Amino acid sequence: MSEILAQFMLDGHRIAFEPGQTILQAALAAGIYIPHLCAHPEFTPHGSCKLCTVMVNGRNGSACTIKAMPGQDVLSDNPDLNSRRRTLLQMLFAEGNHFCPGCEKSGNCQLQALAYDLEMFDPHFAQFFPAREADGTHPEAFLDFNRCIMCELCVRASRDVDGKNVFAIAGRGRDTHIIVNSPSGKLGDSAFSIHDKAAQVCPVGAILPKEVGFVRPIGERLYDHDTIAEVALREEAGARSGEVT
Amino acid sequence: MSALETADTKQNLRRVAIDPVTRVEGHGKVTILLDDNNRVHQVRLHIVEFRGFEAFIEGRPFWEVPVVVQRLCGICPVSHHLAAVKAMDHIAGYHRLTPTAEKLRRLMHYGQILQSHAVHFFHLASPDLLLGFDSEPTRRNIVGVAAQFPEIARQGVLLRKYGQEIIRHTSGKRIHGTGAIPGGVNKTLTTAEREELRLDIDTMIGWARDAVGLVEQLHATRPDFYDVFGEFPSNMMGLAAPNGALELYDGALRARDASGAMIFDQVPCSDYDSLLQEEVKPWTYMKFPHIRSLGAEAGWYKVGPLARIQTCDFIPTPLAEEERKKFMAPGGGKPRHGTLLFHWARMIEALHAAETIRDLLDDPDIVGTDLMGEKGERHLEAVGVIEAPRGTLFHHYRVGADDLVSYCNLIVSTTNNNQAMNEAIRSVAKDHLSGHEVTEGLLNHIEVAIRAYDPCLSCATHAIGQMPLQVDLVDASGALVGRRRKNFSGDAA
Repeated sequence: MSEILAQFMLDGHRIAFEPGQTILQAALAAGIYIPHLCAHPEFTPHGSCKLCTVMVNGRNGSACTIKAMPGQDVLSDNPDLNSRRRTLLQMLFAEGNHFCPGCEKSGNCQLQALAYDLEMFDPHFAQFFPAREADGTHPEAFLDFNRCIMCELCVRASRDVDGKNVFAIAGRGRDTHIIVNSPSGKLGDSAFSIHDKAAQVCPVGAILPKEVGFVRPIGERLYDHDTIAEVALREEAGARSGEVT
Repeated sequence: MSALETADTKQNLRRVAIDPVTRVEGHGKVTILLDDNNRVHQVRLHIVEFRGFEAFIEGRPFWEVPVVVQRLCGICPVSHHLAAVKAMDHIAGYHRLTPTAEKLRRLMHYGQILQSHAVHFFHLASPDLLLGFDSEPTRRNIVGVAAQFPEIARQGVLLRKYGQEIIRHTSGKRIHGTGAIPGGVNKTLTTAEREELRLDIDTMIGWARDAVGLVEQLHATRPDFYDVFGEFPSNMMGLAAPNGALELYDGALRARDASGAMIFDQVPCSDYDSLLQEEVKPWTYMKFPHIRSLGAEAGWYKVGPLARIQTCDFIPTPLAEEERKKFMAPGGGKPRHGTLLFHWARMIEALHAAETIRDLLDDPDIVGTDLMGEKGERHLEAVGVIEAPRGTLFHHYRVGADDLVSYCNLIVSTTNNNQAMNEAIRSVAKDHLSGHEVTEGLLNHIEVAIRAYDPCLSCATHAIGQMPLQVDLVDASGALVGRRRKNFSGDAA
């Protein structure tokens, strides 16, 4: 009886995986980038942003949650799937208030970098322009939910790493939003600290250290010279080797 | 203040509108009321757009403001960037910059003065000055200048490019960079970048000097026209150093009256609010500032190059000071107020900017690496003032304990010149339009007067040869009796 090899096909390439790895993890380990926003190498997969949607043996699924298995024929980098990903990004941009020209995260923002990578040239959909307040009550951190994409990385980090449960999701449908666990609902009254993991994982400009602003000049920002694929692959390699990313 | 602001009666008057005014930044229109004999009864410059920056800055973190607020403008964003950051330095608790940081900010600012003055003179104003106020309108643009005076057009383009390169090296981008941050700057100037800029600076100084000579020659051809076109006496305001030198980045407020007598001097910028007052008029979105102690009727003033070089005692670079003295000589010690003299003064400032850039590039501090000042006591309110290319620019902010902006007041350069621009077009309408049949060329005289102020009505684009212009002649009953129109491709119809 022949041995079953731990391999699957991704866009025609044979990818080896370790048992338990997701398609996204195996692809990144093999040096192949699949677009994603809510997935983070240090956290349990979540499957909410749907940017990593791939076609597995003819069916759509999230590469960050589907376990890699022998016999899978996975399609990812093709015009149809990238067009759908672009539409998802356009919906994210239309749903929040993302004004890149004045945002201090510009050049270091995963949402912006992915939009460039997937050649999103306009938001396509009518802007919601939701009324969301900024929260400056914490002495060291600034919250701006105008830019939140509901990836829940802060929720997971605060709960699973910091053990504080500072953030949670509330509301339903288009009213879904992040809330702060404190008597006033303000960050300044919560147990949040700038040294928390939750302070460091936001992929956009929703949770920021105060007064740092534009300290990193244009030309030295994370995505000024490297694509989001190069940065993600580097971070994945760092996480696997135990380095701090 | 001219009697032509409001007609005694609007009965039996017809209205001519220049809408939009072209070859200016932003969107404005001019309305003129004429009687049956084409005598002018009312002239107004209306600013018909509303931006609302002061409102939507509220609630934003203070360190974000210098980058956000510069989006007011695509021509002089550096002015807004630096005025805002000067205020935010104090809010954040930085009361003294490092020598390198201050000099890099100055370099950025003088780069912008050079590029903005170049784009205005060569791209926007020179078509009128070199080709004629009433020359063929479809060729009255920079392309027409390039065809007839290729070397002048080339120098204009390259002067602007040089200024833009300075901005890029100090802020990261040619337009809307991020160089200045509360407490200092975020970027060094490398030795290689400095040497790159040094290569061309002497050429730029030479070209800026030639540009001063060009305007001077133009005035010499017909001083009775160029020196008095749109002339009216007014107060003048600008920043000055403690020794009376022209100061564009810092300094204190100084104003002289129309005869040159000092109204006030060395008033700290933070006191602007007690010094100036803004008046609102129902027919325009732009306010009318005036010196509070003199009242609205007598207290209005002009700002910008013509005001600055006559408000200061001297320009602290030798070539520009030499040109300033030549400029002042015909006045016999008194200020000169002709509207077209703005162009002459603007090119003297461009020369000063180029000389200052050379001096800054020669300064060893400019390639230093100590970019941030020492943090001290924070403040909840601060004012930042700078001399933008078009004049004095005020940024005033209050910040809450949560670091979010709770109040923002901006008085931009063009607002300071609001009454002066209205007076200029009234003077031109009275002298050149009244009693004549209205033609495109005569209406352009009105636009020439507005352009001399280089007004920045917003950050709207000003594409070459594609500005639509429609002038309607409407009789007293409101019926259209004639129309002249230029479409988007620049063709007259």
